[in-house]
Amino acid sequence: MALTREQVENIAHLARLELEAAEIPQFQQNLSRIVDFIGELERADTAGVAPMAHPLPGLTQRLRPDAVTERDEHELYQRNAPQVASGLYLVPKVIE
Amino acid sequence: MIHRQTLSQLAAALRARKVSSVELVRTYLARIEASQPALNAFVSITAEHALAAAEAADRALAAGRGGPLEGVPIGHKDLFCTAGVRTTCGSRMLENFVSPYDATVVTRLRAAGAVMLGKLNMDEFAMGSSNETSHFGPVRNPWNTALVPGGSSGGSAAAVAARLLPAATATDTGGSIRQPAAFCGITGIKPTYGRVSRYGMIAFASSLDQGGVLAASAEDAAWLLREMAGFDPRDSTSVDAPVPDYPAGLDAPLAGMKIGLLKEFFDTGLDPQYERCVREALAVFERLGATLCEVSLPNISLSVPVYYVVAPAECSSNLARYDGVRFGHRCADARDLQDLYKRSRSEGFGAEVKRRIMTGTYVLSAGYYDAYYLKAQRARRLISAEFARAFGEVDLLMGPTTPTVAFALGAKTADPITMYLNDIYTIGANLAGLPAMSIPCGFAAGLPAGLQIIGPHFAEQRLLQAAHRYQLETDWHVRLPEQYA
Repeated sequence: MALTREQVENIAHLARLELEAAEIPQFQQNLSRIVDFIGELERADTAGVAPMAHPLPGLTQRLRPDAVTERDEHELYQRNAPQVASGLYLVPKVIE
Repeated sequence: MIHRQTLSQLAAALRARKVSSVELVRTYLARIEASQPALNAFVSITAEHALAAAEAADRALAAGRGGPLEGVPIGHKDLFCTAGVRTTCGSRMLENFVSPYDATVVTRLRAAGAVMLGKLNMDEFAMGSSNETSHFGPVRNPWNTALVPGGSSGGSAAAVAARLLPAATATDTGGSIRQPAAFCGITGIKPTYGRVSRYGMIAFASSLDQGGVLAASAEDAAWLLREMAGFDPRDSTSVDAPVPDYPAGLDAPLAGMKIGLLKEFFDTGLDPQYERCVREALAVFERLGATLCEVSLPNISLSVPVYYVVAPAECSSNLARYDGVRFGHRCADARDLQDLYKRSRSEGFGAEVKRRIMTGTYVLSAGYYDAYYLKAQRARRLISAEFARAFGEVDLLMGPTTPTVAFALGAKTADPITMYLNDIYTIGANLAGLPAMSIPCGFAAGLPAGLQIIGPHFAEQRLLQAAHRYQLETDWHVRLPEQYA
């Protein structure tokens, strides 16, 4: 299935990516190839087969007791942030 | 020659005080420095840290203390977080990221005494099969620098193949340990999903990612895996099961072991010379007392399309965290929040990562979820059930690791599907969460070929034992590229 330019632009928007106009045809072509390729799954007879989310059969994710186990280390973690003030992450103005 | 010693020999020599850790670290650092222009295996070389750690290891050894790997040099794939040393994941997005904490694998290996010499190059966010998607440039194959080392753990594999390190950590989401092990002529093991903690391992596809080892032999892999494996409360998918003493079980004979040949792996696209290597290896197992039979997994051909739905879906979700706000690359002069997200991500990610994020976004989007994602999860269970049935009949499955030997740089970059199909034999084990290895089994057209061994869940011991017994009979694993011999 060939994806249209608009579809590719919409997917990029949903993924919060900005593609340059010149690179869109390349993504359009590659993604169409990929969508065709995964379309092969149609031929799989999966009637009555339950979806598998965890790779180990019968196992589900463990829950831990609802207790505080970590210290507040926000200063350490915020050392990697591009912009911080008074312990807060700064972003461009959101509300006019 | 220090670099021709195995990791277990080095550990013993250190303990016997025949060699010092500082001496080992200096030897390997010199090899790393000399190789870097040709191979580009490292993103960061941590010489100062390493020498300080080696001195501490020598003091511990002199006092009769120290862990089983005390003073042994290793390297970490650059997606294992290391406090104080940047962790890039091969991406511009994390070019300057310094993790505030260590991955559990890093903590455990340090506790065992291993000394880290640096962080190894890789495909960006582990998305690639050739190490060509790294922001820090491609890694080259030590057997022939016109060829790729495989990926995504290409730096780890090239470093071990050229003996820039006795062993290295790596990760495998669809073949990223086994495929480069095959291309570089070394031994690699991807353990059972949940066997090795994923805490501090930068996530790509969380239901498939698993940490493991690239080493010179099965014995060395066993030594490292014993220290890395085990329950970790910080990883909600870590399995709470005892870890066997892997090195202790290596010598058990193979008599009576039932080995299944994966029929479908020999049917399509396998290079004839490569096939000869694999068949000769299977004959060695027969001589060792194993019995061979053919096993068919009729739905295994679905594994690549299933993977390219499940892995991108999980990737698009995992990589949503890179928003230019809390860590990672941020664009300059953002107009508004939307612009900040979009440009930070577009500047920070390379083309392959963008393709995967977009594929994942597409298959999870309204109207397509059932047709692709749910369908793939159902087909994943079909594949998993076929493996389970096979292991009702046989103890191990064997076949080739890859359809061909290492290919040239640039040969498969034009069409993503051609690249994806290189993992046709390795993806199944990830989908089913099974442990799998690749060991060197000969040379096709002068380049290493890999034998893949797949086992039932938590059968790492059996895989390592089979690989070790094979390596006692053969010398493929001790052959080195001429320039690094």
